[in-house]
Amino acid sequence: MLKQIEGSHAVAEAVALCRPEVICAYPISPQTHIVEGIGEMVKDGQLKNCEFINVESEFAAMSVAIGSSAAGARTYTATASQGLLFMVEAVYNASGLGLPIVMTVANRSIGAPINIWNDHSDSLSQRDCGWIQLFAETNQEALDLHIEAFKLAEELSLPVMVCMDGFILTHAYERVDMPTQAQVDAFLPPYEPRQVLDPAEPVSIGAMVGPEAFMEVRYLAHAKQMQALELIPRMAKEFESVFGRVIGGLTRTYMADDAETMVIAMGSVLGTIKDVVDEMREQGHKIGVLGITSFRPFPLADVADALRNCKRFVVLEKSLAVGIGGIVATNVRMAVTGMGLKGYTVIAGLGGRAITKKSLHALFVKAERSELEPLTFLDVDWRVINRQLDRERQKRRSGPAAEAMLRDLGMVAAKIA
Amino acid sequence: MFQVRIHGRGGQGVVTAAEMLSIAAFEEGRYAQAFPSFGSERTGAPVVAFCRIADKEIRLREPIMEPDALIIQDPTLLHQVDVFSGLKKDGYILINTNKSFEDLGLGDFVRDWPHERLCTVAATELSRKHVGRPMPNVPLLGGFAAVSGIIRLESVIMAINDKFSGKVAAGNIAGATEAYDIVRAEMEAARHEESAHA
Repeated sequence: MLKQIEGSHAVAEAVALCRPEVICAYPISPQTHIVEGIGEMVKDGQLKNCEFINVESEFAAMSVAIGSSAAGARTYTATASQGLLFMVEAVYNASGLGLPIVMTVANRSIGAPINIWNDHSDSLSQRDCGWIQLFAETNQEALDLHIEAFKLAEELSLPVMVCMDGFILTHAYERVDMPTQAQVDAFLPPYEPRQVLDPAEPVSIGAMVGPEAFMEVRYLAHAKQMQALELIPRMAKEFESVFGRVIGGLTRTYMADDAETMVIAMGSVLGTIKDVVDEMREQGHKIGVLGITSFRPFPLADVADALRNCKRFVVLEKSLAVGIGGIVATNVRMAVTGMGLKGYTVIAGLGGRAITKKSLHALFVKAERSELEPLTFLDVDWRVINRQLDRERQKRRSGPAAEAMLRDLGMVAAKIA
Repeated sequence: MFQVRIHGRGGQGVVTAAEMLSIAAFEEGRYAQAFPSFGSERTGAPVVAFCRIADKEIRLREPIMEPDALIIQDPTLLHQVDVFSGLKKDGYILINTNKSFEDLGLGDFVRDWPHERLCTVAATELSRKHVGRPMPNVPLLGGFAAVSGIIRLESVIMAINDKFSGKVAAGNIAGATEAYDIVRAEMEAARHEESAHA
């Protein structure tokens, strides 16, 4: 059924259709509307056989999720930013124990400086935690990926993060096609755990493992992600047959067939990029797009395949590996090792900085002309940066940087664009 | 694609207005995307929300920097925020006020503008009258349906019924309808005036 609703509520409804049994959550922007929405559905009886647990922190949220998942309940939570960081120890435990928890990460930057706006720093900080990470481009895809995530998680006995851009998607009203309960039931069977804390057949979960088997257990985590590489495309096909819609898969290309320049990105910015590509195509530029839906496992072969015929690629990412450059870019470069391609890393949209068509257009043209630096920070204000660097050179006690830079801008609040 | 930017203050239902506008467009079978300006919401602080309306899927995610129309929910913002930034030439402007554009100090700015695209309606008063609360957002949507012609009043009423129920819905429908009629009359008057000058 077509609906015009907020992204968060679309996800809340989709999660409810998956018949979760335990939802534990702690509020944090921009995720809050999702669990609020599910909380209301539990309270008014729309979502039955589900316990909604208000916990005292994100660490508690993931700890409760681990407990309920181990007890055989289909379990969901959601978080963002510092909330994700606060639960990290338990995040690693959830995957280490092989528990199929599904968690939404409403992507938001990480402080300091404190900032509630969107980028991918939070989930990308957890790239090695052993969870599968899927990135949604639209609210339709966000809700669809949640349905897929439960099935994928339970099939592999691995937790899955569905990452959606905070505010840009979570707070956007747009058209979504909400599936029926019958469709979701046809796609997603009841949870049949591989391991369960059952008083009738007692086991212990969470052994201490010494050097004799630790590497083997860890290798298994990697092997499972490699299984996911095969499972995700199959599941996307199955999804299409039940719901009649194409979803993520591992990667997706746009206008890529004869593209000399390929732009690679994740999440909602792909929409803006595609609009720019359409305009540039009209002007005769041979440019295409590679969207990465599955960041973990990282689809090395698919990425290499998609870039095989291009001359250069631009990785545009909303994350920064401080001290080296890009995170997504580093993964992409690994995929194209030895292919002799020119690659550019562009850091964009950190902390909610708007990524505009105008800037992207100029950026891609520069890449085509080989005028781009290997590492570019899109639309940064060099005057502000240089003034601060000057201040630090001139004065030992230069004071807190963020405050001084805001003062230079004459700003006390955030700007629109 | 038609792009609307709504300016107001925290507590005036700016974000809700954009969402309802998108629902109204959706009810007409169109694609629409509404989103807030992602600030920390505080009562009284300047707030911006956006709505795009199109006949095909909207992929663009940048803020609306060159709007086709502006809805200004609080005229005290006119001299605090650059509300007109990027507004397309001859774009639609709807302001919540009982003053004229001249009285607001905008006479020079809109001198060459088509007058039927410049409208005002005292939406806060309409809301007080019909809903009993100073919430200008919904009456302004009624006024916006009139001035822009981009959505029908009936669709605004459907959006009201989607967001509210009972007395609040009925009051808002009355407020939006009255605002619609006021703005229609204003546009009529502006057209008469222009043809008289011509």
